[in-house]
Amino acid sequence: MQHDDVIWDLIGSKQFCSYKVKTKTKNFCRNEYNTTGLCNRQSCPLANSQYATVREEKGRCYLYMKVIERAAFPARMWEKVKLSECYERALQEIDENLIYWPRYYRHKCKQRFTKITQYLIRIRKLTLKRQRKLVPLSRKVERREKRREEKALIAAQLDNAIEKELLERLKQGTYGDIYNFPIHAFDKALEKQDEESESEAEEEDDEEGEDEDKGRREFVADDEIEESDLSDFEDMNNLKVSDEEEGDSSEEEEETEEEMEGSPGAKSKGKTPLKGPVRKKRPYVEIEYEQETEPAPKSKAS
Amino acid sequence: MTKMVTRKHFSDTHTTNTKNKVKKTMKRQKPFQEPVDNGSVEESESAGSSFPPTFSLSTIKNKQRRHLMFMKLKQEKRKQKLELRKKRKKERDALGDKAPPKDVPKTIENQRVYDETTVDPEDEEVAFDEGTDEFSAYFNKLTNPKVLITTSDRPRGRTVRFCEQLATVIPNAHVYYRRGLALKRIIPQCVSRNFTYLMVINEDRKVPNGMVLCHLPDGPTAHFKVSSVRLRKEMKRRGKDPTEHHPEVILNNFSTRLGHSIGRMFAALFPHDPHFVGRQVATFHNQRDFIFFRFHRYIFKNEKRVGIQELGPRFTLKLRSLQKGTFDSKFGEYEWVHKRHEMDSSRRKFHL
Repeated sequence: MQHDDVIWDLIGSKQFCSYKVKTKTKNFCRNEYNTTGLCNRQSCPLANSQYATVREEKGRCYLYMKVIERAAFPARMWEKVKLSECYERALQEIDENLIYWPRYYRHKCKQRFTKITQYLIRIRKLTLKRQRKLVPLSRKVERREKRREEKALIAAQLDNAIEKELLERLKQGTYGDIYNFPIHAFDKALEKQDEESESEAEEEDDEEGEDEDKGRREFVADDEIEESDLSDFEDMNNLKVSDEEEGDSSEEEEETEEEMEGSPGAKSKGKTPLKGPVRKKRPYVEIEYEQETEPAPKSKAS
Repeated sequence: MTKMVTRKHFSDTHTTNTKNKVKKTMKRQKPFQEPVDNGSVEESESAGSSFPPTFSLSTIKNKQRRHLMFMKLKQEKRKQKLELRKKRKKERDALGDKAPPKDVPKTIENQRVYDETTVDPEDEEVAFDEGTDEFSAYFNKLTNPKVLITTSDRPRGRTVRFCEQLATVIPNAHVYYRRGLALKRIIPQCVSRNFTYLMVINEDRKVPNGMVLCHLPDGPTAHFKVSSVRLRKEMKRRGKDPTEHHPEVILNNFSTRLGHSIGRMFAALFPHDPHFVGRQVATFHNQRDFIFFRFHRYIFKNEKRVGIQELGPRFTLKLRSLQKGTFDSKFGEYEWVHKRHEMDSSRRKFHL
C-alpha cells in the first residue's frame, strides 16, 4: 500500500502497461496472476500490494497470495497453497487462508476457482469421447497428387476400356441368350476372306455350294473374278469396282451387299485411304443398265 | 575497330566471363566472323549456333538477353529435331516394306518397375490364399452383401447427397446418420444385424475426402482418399437414374497381391447375380494406383459396338492403408500403409 496509487496512476491510465489489452468497450489484463482478467484498480496485481489468485497447474488448483511484507523479495513474493481436490473443502480452505482479507479478494478467488473446476470437468469428459485428429496437408503433395490423378485419368481411357471389357464378355457368352446378334460364324468367315488366299478358296467353295442350290453356273465365274478383284483392290476400299461389273441378277448384288457389309467391318480396323471424308459404307443396291454398245471398260477407280 | 575488339574477345572466351559483351558482339558480327572462326574456336553442336563450349545460359546476368538466348537455343533444338524426324521418315519411306517396325513409345505403364508381388494367374499359393481369406465366404456364395453407409460427424449437403447416390448404386445399401457415435461401438451392432460392409465417408470442408471401407465380420479395413467426386446432376449427358437391378462389376488392372485383395473387396460389395436385364455396370479401374469408379448403362448396338452412357456418381480413390482386423486405428495391425517418402520417390513404381 505504499505507492500503489502511484503505480496505478501510471500504468492504469496515463502511461503504458505491457499487460493491458485495449478493446472498444473494455480493457483486459494479461497478467497471469490477475484474478478477473480485467484491467481495474482492484484487479491489477501490480498496483495492489496485497493480492490473491487461484491458478491451476496440471489439473490441480493452487491459491497464490501476495502480501506487502514480501514486496521486497520478488523471488518469494507469491505464496502458493495447494487446494484440496474436493470442491467444498477447497472453498473452505480459501476462506481459511484469506481470513481477514477484504471481501473482494475472497469472492473473486472463489469465483475463479469455481470456473476452473468446471472447465477441468469438461476436459475430462471430452477426452473420453472421440478425439478428432487433424492431419496437416502438404500443399505440394496435394498438387502433385492432383496432377498425377489427371494424367492417370487420361492414360486410363476409361470408356474404351469399359467397352472392350463388355464386348469381351459378350463374346465369351456370359450374357447367354439375351442378345441375338446374327450369325457369328458368317462374320468370322468374312473376316478370314480378307486375310488369306486359302480362306478365299474356302469361301468360293461355300459360295459355289450356295449357287449350286440356285443352279446358276455362270454366276460362279463372275464371282471368282469379283473375289480376286476385291482382294487386289482391297486396300482401295472400292465398292465401285464390283459395281461396275455387269450384274443383272439381284443375287449378285445381294452378294456384293453382303460382302460390303463384311468388308467395312473388317476393313475399318485397317487403314482406309481417305478419299475426302471417310464414308460410312452401307449396303446399297446399284443397278447397272446394260449398254448395247461396247460394255464400259473395267477401269481401276481412281 | 570493333572487329579487332571482338577478335580479342573470341580468344578470351574460354577464360573470361564477359559473356554479355561477347554475345552481343557475336550476334552482330556473326555474318562476318562465322566462316573464319567457326572451325577453329568453337566446337559448335549445330551448324547455326556458335556458342563456345563452356558456355552456359545461367551465367548471363541480364534477364532479357538470357531469355533471348534461351529462345534461340530452343528454336535450334526444335529445328534439329525436325530435321532428324524428316530424315528418319525419308529413310523409312525409302525402305518401304523392308522398314523395321516402328518403336513402341515409352509410357509409364511400359516402364513400370516390376513388382515382385504381381499375381501370376496360375499361382497356386495365391489361389489357395484367396480360397481361405475373409472374402471366401462371399465368393463361395454363402453370404449376401449388406452395406451400411455413414459419414463423419455433422455432414454437409454434398456429402449427404453423395451417400444417397452411393446407396442407389450399391444394391442392398442403407444410409444412416452418424450422430457422433464411435465406430468401435457401431461395429458390433452392425455385425449383430448381419451387415457385411461398413462404409464411412469422411468429410472435410463440406466435401467428401476420405472413405473407410470395413468388411464386417472381422474383415480387413481399407482407408482411401477420395477425390474428384461428381454427383449425378453435375454429369454431362447422363442418363436417367439407376434402377434397382443389380449391376455388373468390372475390375481392371488389379495386378499385385495388394491389388487383388482390394479388388476382391470391391467385388464383394455387390451381389453375386448381376441382372443383365438392367444393363448396368459398375467399374473400378486401377491406373497408376488411382482407382476410378464409374457407373454406366450399356447397350449393344451390334456385336462389335457397344454404347455406354454414364449415370451415377463418379469418384477416384487412392489407397492409404489396409488394416487387418476391423477398424482400430491405434492397435490395429496394418498390412500396408502408404509411406510417402519411401513409396512416392519413384514415378514408375506402383503398388496396386
